[in-house]
Amino acid sequence: MTMTRLTDLTIAAARDGLKKGEFSARELTQAHIDAMAKHRDLNAYITETPDLALTQADAADAALKAGDAGAMAGIPIGMKDLFCTEGVLTTAASHILDGFKPQYESTVSANLKKAGAVTLGKTNLDEFAMGSSNETSYYGPVKNPWKRTGDTTDLVPGGSSGGSAAAVSGRLAMAATGTDTGGSIRQPAAFTGIVGLKPTYGRCSRWGVVAFASSLDQAGPMTRTVRDAAIMLGAMAGFDPKDSTSANIPVPDFEAALSGDVRGLKVGIPAEYRPEGLNAEIDAVWQKGIQMLKDAGATPVDISLPHTKYALPTYYIVAPAECSSNLARYDGVRFGLRVTEGVRSLDDMYMKTRGEGFGKEVRRRILIGTYALSAGYYDAYYLKAQKVRALIAQDFRKAFEVCDVILTPTAPSAAFELGAEIDDPITMYLNDVFTVPTSLAGLPGLSLPVDLSAEGLPLGLQLIGRPFDEETVLRVGDVMEKAAGFTAKPAIVEA
Amino acid sequence: MSYVIQGETGDWEVVIGLEVHAQVISNAKLFSGAATAFGAEANTQVSFIDAGFPGMLPVINAMAVEQAVRTGLGLKARINKRSVFARKNYFYADLPQGYQISQYELPIVGLGTLILDMPDGSTREVGIERLHLEQDAGKSMHDQHPSKTFVDLNRSGVALMEIVSKPDMRTPEEAGAYLRKLRAILRYLGTCDGNMEEGSMRCDVNVSVRRPGEGFRTRCEIKNVNSVRFVMQAIEYEAKRHVEVYENGGKIEQETRLFDPGKGETRSLRNKENAHDYRYFPDPDLLPLEFDDAFVEKIRASLPELPDEKKQRFIADYGLSPYDATVLVFEKESADYFEKVAKGRDGKTAANWVTTNLFGALNKLGKGVTESPVSAEQLGALIDLINDGTLSGRLAKDVFEIMIETGDDPAKIVEERGMKQVTDTGAIEKAIDEVMAANMDKVEDIRAGKDKLLGWFTGQVMKATQGKANPQAVNDLLKKKILG
Repeated sequence: MTMTRLTDLTIAAARDGLKKGEFSARELTQAHIDAMAKHRDLNAYITETPDLALTQADAADAALKAGDAGAMAGIPIGMKDLFCTEGVLTTAASHILDGFKPQYESTVSANLKKAGAVTLGKTNLDEFAMGSSNETSYYGPVKNPWKRTGDTTDLVPGGSSGGSAAAVSGRLAMAATGTDTGGSIRQPAAFTGIVGLKPTYGRCSRWGVVAFASSLDQAGPMTRTVRDAAIMLGAMAGFDPKDSTSANIPVPDFEAALSGDVRGLKVGIPAEYRPEGLNAEIDAVWQKGIQMLKDAGATPVDISLPHTKYALPTYYIVAPAECSSNLARYDGVRFGLRVTEGVRSLDDMYMKTRGEGFGKEVRRRILIGTYALSAGYYDAYYLKAQKVRALIAQDFRKAFEVCDVILTPTAPSAAFELGAEIDDPITMYLNDVFTVPTSLAGLPGLSLPVDLSAEGLPLGLQLIGRPFDEETVLRVGDVMEKAAGFTAKPAIVEA
Repeated sequence: MSYVIQGETGDWEVVIGLEVHAQVISNAKLFSGAATAFGAEANTQVSFIDAGFPGMLPVINAMAVEQAVRTGLGLKARINKRSVFARKNYFYADLPQGYQISQYELPIVGLGTLILDMPDGSTREVGIERLHLEQDAGKSMHDQHPSKTFVDLNRSGVALMEIVSKPDMRTPEEAGAYLRKLRAILRYLGTCDGNMEEGSMRCDVNVSVRRPGEGFRTRCEIKNVNSVRFVMQAIEYEAKRHVEVYENGGKIEQETRLFDPGKGETRSLRNKENAHDYRYFPDPDLLPLEFDDAFVEKIRASLPELPDEKKQRFIADYGLSPYDATVLVFEKESADYFEKVAKGRDGKTAANWVTTNLFGALNKLGKGVTESPVSAEQLGALIDLINDGTLSGRLAKDVFEIMIETGDDPAKIVEERGMKQVTDTGAIEKAIDEVMAANMDKVEDIRAGKDKLLGWFTGQVMKATQGKANPQAVNDLLKKKILG
């Protein structure tokens, strides 16, 4: 048996190895720094912080030696560049945040630091987390480490947490943070064959995370195993008095929830997630997932989520409306980009700075949101969307009266080619059709890889849980993971 | 009180509504922990939240909520146990977030009333439409650099209460009385210092005119008028402008105007077409603001006696006139001062001394009652000296003047300066004898029936005793000696 490469380890395995002294945090970190340099063409990171990482690794080694190591001690992770990190460039993948080095650390990244995690750098993303392919980044698209079998065409890693997904999948980080507003953790996790968990809204603090849509944004872990997601979520989560929407409830021991036993559990299978024209491969992997759970002693239950078809349009009112207001602060006055050339008035400066500073997709969403909130349109759009959102949440509440967890596909397809959908926003938005309802309802959703497509690309399934019941989601995910035995890696990792 | 503008085509009535922005007395801002002291160096009281930095989130300041509820209770208003913060979106350099967090559809306080005390002693009720909490913006300074604007964010995020009246006022005087009364209530409650010069109380004025009996016509809003006097001037000017426009066959457009105190006129700032579309929507960073009855009742239990109740009590317990009572309760400090003076003494006498002599003297000195050189105890002691016959009313006034100058106790002044009233009949008789001896002709005149000359004698005797003689005793003795 060959020795597993350090970059191939799971968090759980690395944690044991570090504890036993089989390797040091510095060695572990250095291995990842080397991998990052080797695969820089993936463009997974916007900013690499190797020196900082090694310093943190040394501190972790010292803590390990002293016996007071945290849950993530010495684990090298990528930090989505939407989290403000003290003294480290924070861009949200936007031109408009040029040169912005926060003087503060987001709660989630601070929690991870406190737990001993080593930050390798800031991972790429769609600009302001708006996108499903990581192609809207000002810092260029991220490439999916996966390719179709026998094909060299570059594929997207999904988005918006595409850099994090590519880094974890390509072994450029042992895990990474993501944020999910409509599917930004789950869809890229599915596209890159990793595990991604969007916790319940309010589970992780939003303080210090660059806001996209405040009522939907939620941070979560992106890892290679369900157990790793449980470990990392435990280190990220917790009540934060600085975030009024953060939930004041205790953080359970998520890892302890992985009992391996799902007997008697009722698994909801929503009819509305099998629309006409559903990709046959996606349907097949879904059926496979249902069978795995049956085999493990769970019971599939047919359920209905009748307002599902309204979820995407609802999302594309609510999220842009909030973003149009959230992004008003990027005005060239206090930080980031300010365009002064040919500027004759304050309004001029606003227009030029925001016109140049924001990319096309961000501008599109600001315009949609501004329109939806305008006098005369508010009732027809925003208010109506809020009402539909309540109905969608109600659908889930009713469903959870008859089931304990819901199983659906994560995305309607496998990863697609770079450039394939970028000029067609509607098709691009459809990527989130299975993930958006969960976001609107604020529920926890986990994506895990279950199988490869005929073309050799990973396909994921989504598990949706009751509010603050990440434990059940993780427990079921862990059982499915074992049943699926998904061990495939991108070719670049094997090389 | 009627206020009518007599136009060429008939009479016009003025309709006035006021929106007052009152800065909440609180150590921290509405949604951040930054300090709020006035006059601090620019940009020294700013948190990353107030500066609208990425990822920053607002957290409601419980003290500000308490103050808003306290004010609502003081205005006898409906307290909404559930209210919602909304974003008011617009771009300006001193608005870092690009929106102001305010309350729109569901304010923390609903309908209430304010009682105006008019100068003639009458009262009038004005409805309060609502009170809501909101953040202040920063301050743009256009005069610091020839081509640049500087921004001070110290004020950014400071908690304001916007208190909106119903369009119930009909005269500039009523608007003035409204502001003065509102300020008095806020000060009693300790929820706003009411200082218009420092901008901790600012006023937007809505003015329209109409023919008596008809419905409301189009109003104009005059922004940020910063003194009671200017508010009254602005209303007068604006109402006349409306009348002129109407009488010349024109139309008043709904618009926002500015008052120029130098010229005493208003001018257009933004018309309806350029009006902002604020795109209000509930702030997703904040949950609805909810509290229970116990929270409200706890605040209610801690409310001080307010001007209206105090006024009624002063009238009932001290027998004061409504006018005196109104003057005394206007500031809590004056009322407290008065009550100390009146304790165990005649209320009307105490009120006279406070409202006439004390306020007169303080006015001249430009001081408030809290800075009075004469304490309530000292003024009380002075009244006691009148009551026990030590001082005549006239002497007391002289002593009071010395008290204002020196701050000394009246007894000490009387003692040191020998200003004690002379009631010793022997001394008075001696003085009378001397005056009579020098003016025998006048004595004969009186005896012949010219009674009026008795007053002249009293004056002469008082003069001879340097005013110290008890005037009543002088009168009695004079009558006895001259008329027998």
